[in-house]
Amino acid sequence: MRNWLVSFLLLLIGRRRPKPLGDADRVVPPGAEEPRAELAAIVLLALSSLCAIAFVVFYALDRLPNQTQLMGGAIGMCLIFIAAALTVTAKKLVVNEEIEDDYPVDEHPDEQEAIVQVVEESGSRLTRRRLFKLSLGAAGGALGLAAITPIASLGPVFDMKPFYDTEWRRGRRLVDERGKPWRADDIEANDFYTAFPEGGEMEALGAPLVVVRLKPDQIESHKAFAADGIVAFSKICTHAGCAISLYRAPLFQPDEPKPALVCPCHYSTFDPANGGAVTFGPAGRKLPMLPLRIDRQGYLRAAGNFDGPVGPSWWGVRMKKPNPPA
Amino acid sequence: MIKTIVRKLDQRSGTAPIVRKTLRYLFPDHWSFLLGEVALYAFVILVVTGTYLAFFYQDSTTVVTYHGPYLPLRGQPMTEAYRSVLNISTTVKAGLLIRQTHHWAADIFLAAIVLHLFRIFFTGAYRKPRELTYWIGVTMLFMALLEGYLGYSLADDLLSGMGLAIGNGVALSIPFFGANLASLIWGGPFPGQHEFFARMYIVHVFLLPALIGTLLAVHLALVALKHHTQFRRTRKQTERKLVGVPTFPGQTPRSLALFFGTAGLLFLLGGLVQINPIWLWGPYHTYLSTNGAQPDWYLGWLIGGLRLMPGFDVTIGHYTLVPNPFWGGVLFPMIVMFFLYLWPVMERKATGDYAYHNLLERPRDAPWRTAIGLGFISWVFLIFVAGSSDRVDVLFNLSYQAQIHVYWVLVWVVPIVVGAIAYRVCKELQEGERVERKREHAEHAAKAEA
Repeated sequence: MRNWLVSFLLLLIGRRRPKPLGDADRVVPPGAEEPRAELAAIVLLALSSLCAIAFVVFYALDRLPNQTQLMGGAIGMCLIFIAAALTVTAKKLVVNEEIEDDYPVDEHPDEQEAIVQVVEESGSRLTRRRLFKLSLGAAGGALGLAAITPIASLGPVFDMKPFYDTEWRRGRRLVDERGKPWRADDIEANDFYTAFPEGGEMEALGAPLVVVRLKPDQIESHKAFAADGIVAFSKICTHAGCAISLYRAPLFQPDEPKPALVCPCHYSTFDPANGGAVTFGPAGRKLPMLPLRIDRQGYLRAAGNFDGPVGPSWWGVRMKKPNPPA
Repeated sequence: MIKTIVRKLDQRSGTAPIVRKTLRYLFPDHWSFLLGEVALYAFVILVVTGTYLAFFYQDSTTVVTYHGPYLPLRGQPMTEAYRSVLNISTTVKAGLLIRQTHHWAADIFLAAIVLHLFRIFFTGAYRKPRELTYWIGVTMLFMALLEGYLGYSLADDLLSGMGLAIGNGVALSIPFFGANLASLIWGGPFPGQHEFFARMYIVHVFLLPALIGTLLAVHLALVALKHHTQFRRTRKQTERKLVGVPTFPGQTPRSLALFFGTAGLLFLLGGLVQINPIWLWGPYHTYLSTNGAQPDWYLGWLIGGLRLMPGFDVTIGHYTLVPNPFWGGVLFPMIVMFFLYLWPVMERKATGDYAYHNLLERPRDAPWRTAIGLGFISWVFLIFVAGSSDRVDVLFNLSYQAQIHVYWVLVWVVPIVVGAIAYRVCKELQEGERVERKREHAEHAAKAEA
């Protein structure tokens, strides 16, 4: 048994000389032996094996702190060591001969001609060749049309009505994210609030509002839409549909004295004192404004629908007034 | 043993002649030729890690309440899609490692493609007979962009939802039929029907990868059929004679080393460098957004394009002809696309050069190409940089509005300046070489006389 082990080990680590071959018969030219580089490659491969095993161990251990980092480091280093071993192989252990070869011919005129000939001669039995080709084309086109038609089931292609839908109608109360109604007193100056229609679909583009309180004398236009200085706009930016989430008041006062609503995606800036008009940025349409009133209990309610469709612009966005929910 | 394998394989497939030829196929030796290979290997890693992620991902927008181990989000309503990505990142062992590696691989995949494209462009490698290879490559670039965008949209965290909202706004902005197209894709107005996520998912994990994989195969087959281009380093290299290292043994360990090196780097990044911590962003709702959001780098140019446009919609009466996002989100990438696709044709028309080319040119050898290429890149790059104006505002306290106004000028002036400088530098380098050659000639002549 011991003899077997020893001889096995010797066979494994002992250097073997390849059979000498006449250099003239070789395809791959011979090169000098590089025992040290060879050893380096073997050591690198051994390190790689260790890392791979470490990865398995790190994976198997439960509640290991920094498990992701340890696993990533182990498997990453395992691969890097293999790469290093192969680099040593490429640089030192194989012959890096540069050889010459001809580029393939640029073209094959005879074959080209033969192909054309085969195709043309194959059609020689046809008498109405043009009509035949036309019919083939027509059948192909019609089949193509039929094949793509079911794609229309993906969504309503021509029904544009949903694009005008909102969740607001006269009398609906404004509520917060948890459904608690907003009172006019809750809305303080220099802060901004998100409101939803009571009982409405919160995720619909026509639902969320951004609500701010201005001084009544600050309001320049759309005065009838405001209730005690409180103004409400669609929270969805008319440029590309992100939610407006910056209110520039009272911060930024040194550069921009007026309060402004800003979308953080492309910095479209709207003027809440002027009906939501665009003052900066890429938006091409003012922010839709919702008329408000305060009921006898002091709750905020919609006094109607938005003054225009909500969401990013599209070809029909200026053609109709928004629809209240069904 | 090798003899037996080779014999048995040849008897059953008859491929010995092809294999023999393949082993001695030549690769010209230049570092820049490895960029495309890095892209290929990143794609392999993407497929492998992506398959693993698909074992856990759920493409459902059904709202559920989170009860997992990440405390800040416990009790919050979220979609099953977002919850499954949270679970991949927290409870699935090795899940976060694979997810982050996948994300890094996507970023590096696109970076490698872009650098590879620069190499191909500035050395004239796309010229006849390799236009098809080039056009397929450009097609894969744009598919990879869409693939990356869909990938991070699937997570349904706050950032991905904002990205989708913008994508929807851009789709809506296409004149005449944009809203119809968006309604078809999303199943109605944003955020669309439940099926939308199933659609994104199948496109992300099957349709686009299969298309990219197929085009990749054709791309590589075309490269091999026409053989590699080469720089003229020695007199031996001509339009007809290729000098290089054979596939085996020379090139194989190099390419494998590059594969393992790329894979190792990606896993190290995935394990050690955090990317897109979706648990911090929280679930997406149409009424939420976050400040200072930046997309993955390869979409930065589009954000810049969208942000730089002055605010107007083109209208005819009540009909909105061109909504604003069209300019930055559709027209701008279309211009880049057309430039890339048409360049080989335009150059051929301009130079009248219809010849076959196997030898590469150095950038200085084609001053017009270098000037136009660098000008064009600086144009796209400046728009890309403009996309990070908000970060510059926060970091360096430079007014955002002022920056945008400066960019309005810079994006048109800088490319011309860059182009002009590039042209001059190329000419100077050419002139320098001419002088050098003359001097060598003279020295030779002087020596011969003496």
